[in-house]
Amino acid sequence: MEAPRKVVVGMSGGVDSSVAAALLVEQGYRVTGMMLRLWSEPGKDGQNRCCSPDAMAQARRVAASLGIPFYAVDVQELFHNEVVQHFIDGYLEGITPNPCLICNRQIRWGYLLKYAQAFGADFLATGHYARVRHMVEDMVELYRAVDLHKDQSYVLSRLNQEQLKHSLFPLGELTKPQVRQIARNFGLSVAERPESQDLCFISDGNYRRFLNEYAPESQKIGQIITSEGKILGEHQGLAFYTIGQRKGLGISSPEPFYVIEKRFEEQTLVVGPVSELGKCELIAQDVNWISGMTPEKSFNAQVKIRYKAELASGMVEPGPEEFRVVFEQPLRDITPGQAAVIYQGNQCLGSGIIKE
Amino acid sequence: MNTTSHVYLDYAATTPVDSRVVEAMLPYFNDEFGNPSSIHYFGQKAEAALENARENVANCFHCDPDEIIFTSCGTESDNLALRGAALAEREKRGATHILTTPVEHHAVLHTVFNLARYDGFDVELLPVDANGLVNPVEVNRRIRKETALVSVIFANNEIGSIYPVEEIGRVCREWSTPFHTDAVQAVAHLPIDVRALNIDLMSVGAHKFYGPKGVGALYVRRGIQVIPVQTGGAQEFGLRAGTQNIPYIVGMAIALRLIQEERSPWTAFITPIRDRIISRVLADIPQVRLTGHPTNRLPNHVSFVFEGVDANTLLMMLDSAGFACSSGSACKTGSPEPSGVLLALGLSPSLALGSLRVTLGQYTTSSEVDAFLAVLPGLVERTRVLTAGVERS
Repeated sequence: MEAPRKVVVGMSGGVDSSVAAALLVEQGYRVTGMMLRLWSEPGKDGQNRCCSPDAMAQARRVAASLGIPFYAVDVQELFHNEVVQHFIDGYLEGITPNPCLICNRQIRWGYLLKYAQAFGADFLATGHYARVRHMVEDMVELYRAVDLHKDQSYVLSRLNQEQLKHSLFPLGELTKPQVRQIARNFGLSVAERPESQDLCFISDGNYRRFLNEYAPESQKIGQIITSEGKILGEHQGLAFYTIGQRKGLGISSPEPFYVIEKRFEEQTLVVGPVSELGKCELIAQDVNWISGMTPEKSFNAQVKIRYKAELASGMVEPGPEEFRVVFEQPLRDITPGQAAVIYQGNQCLGSGIIKE
Repeated sequence: MNTTSHVYLDYAATTPVDSRVVEAMLPYFNDEFGNPSSIHYFGQKAEAALENARENVANCFHCDPDEIIFTSCGTESDNLALRGAALAEREKRGATHILTTPVEHHAVLHTVFNLARYDGFDVELLPVDANGLVNPVEVNRRIRKETALVSVIFANNEIGSIYPVEEIGRVCREWSTPFHTDAVQAVAHLPIDVRALNIDLMSVGAHKFYGPKGVGALYVRRGIQVIPVQTGGAQEFGLRAGTQNIPYIVGMAIALRLIQEERSPWTAFITPIRDRIISRVLADIPQVRLTGHPTNRLPNHVSFVFEGVDANTLLMMLDSAGFACSSGSACKTGSPEPSGVLLALGLSPSLALGSLRVTLGQYTTSSEVDAFLAVLPGLVERTRVLTAGVERS
């Protein structure tokens, strides 16, 4: 008989990763649970929104009830240097960074996968909703989860062949209600717990408060102007505004005005009526083609410009460093710093970070 | 990963309860269940067991039975000794100075820091040398008439060094200052005569010597005043209120007697194994240092620091390979702080984060140690690669 494959499952104490662990145990893998101890604001670890002491106790209980070993892995410094710093720097450079993308690439499938392999594990598993298909010639493809509401392929789109090959996503074929039911069937006490949050390291989820505290230089006052150059008022720092934002601009205008553009060099915030909002094209850089190969020709695809955005159809003009997408309809909130993730049907082909 | 065999090399954390001890405890859960404070037959049976246990414990430490107070653990004994004696000395003669060391267990250090913060005591830490040891001359230099209490660990849990308790006790005796020692790690390995060693207060906990968790004792020399910490009934000579935990107290007394009887052949067996681990690790693994004294240390205790190693990662690797060890101070939360004990030896914080403690026990075999020595160098190497990976990024 073949020896059971070894897998490390990243556990958060939440229902998804707990069920992932339970399913793997049931499928006969030799499972070890690990929880990443991520950075939290000094003095606020109790309020951290994922790896709090409470969440760790919860994960330990789950591991104990499944009879698997469990370890906490300290990555506070690494997380701070890679993810938190990138988040702050991004805002200071005028973009809207997505820390989950960095965390997945650098921490989970960077450090933790290597860590798991050093432990002798064949796979790293998580509670993400996504599917990996093993194809001929040792290739893997990434697909959206069966539960499209929960699909998390967006945040996995930065991974490469080597990383995906060694990944297991046991929840990819399940819906969230099914996962909760399985948790109850296994008698896991986490069935009703709320799930992990993005921006986990910001204790109250308020990124504006966080930037004020940890990057006071983000409060760089500048002008609010229209696209014609008319000065309407003063903004409190470009970092505190997002493309498409309407509320909280502090200006009076005959019709609702929206944030159209952030001009970083001039430190100006461009606002305008809804008619000016929306662009038909984007350019993305730092491109990751999941196959490892740049497509040769332009192709029609569906593109997601934010984690929670709807898929938008357009023509993708691929390149190894950058790609361009021309959309069929203008999109209101193309935001530099977020990922543009390319799909064909349910398959995720890759992604880039929106440059403009 | 989930290996089927697990080798336990963490006897300083806790020990399994000797089956003879379990046997001796059992009748006191149901047959002899009385409350020793009761007047009737059942109470008298329980009281007899309690006082018999007290006498056995007193015999082991060469003191009188009424100098033994039963508590719930070593930590409670430390709390009672330090708080109780410090407050009594302050009341009696206005003494507010506490002299202790930076290498104490947290049960002592956090208690004296608490006394400093909430009760206005002035806590002074004695200097320690590179092996963590305290020179009695330093005690003599720093002790003064306002000194309420001196507390020095008997044998160190993290680094294994054994302290010159007798000489420190003599200095304290000359100054008529109570001397407390935390002997929690020492009892399993060293014969202790509290009279000969000039000890006034001594804490012990049963689960470090094959007794059950949840029971300990405090030796209080006759004449030493202690104000109770836990108040209520008049149990334990008015020093520790609460119905005594008879089965556990009986278990501790038996465990202590057994360890007393069986200690010396076992020490003769285990000491060369300890020394083999030390010499092999120092020879086989680059950039490693022994912590604590090379010879004047507990016979079952080895401890190291490795350059460029994250202790928690190494412990996980070892656990996964089937070996249960410790870094010296328990931390399961994955947010390690360098141990204050190791920093006090003058080690850098990064080196202090690379600690490994291996503690042997009555069920340790030579072949288990060989298996451990065979895997350790490779696991240290793998941990170094991973640790370097984090630091590079």
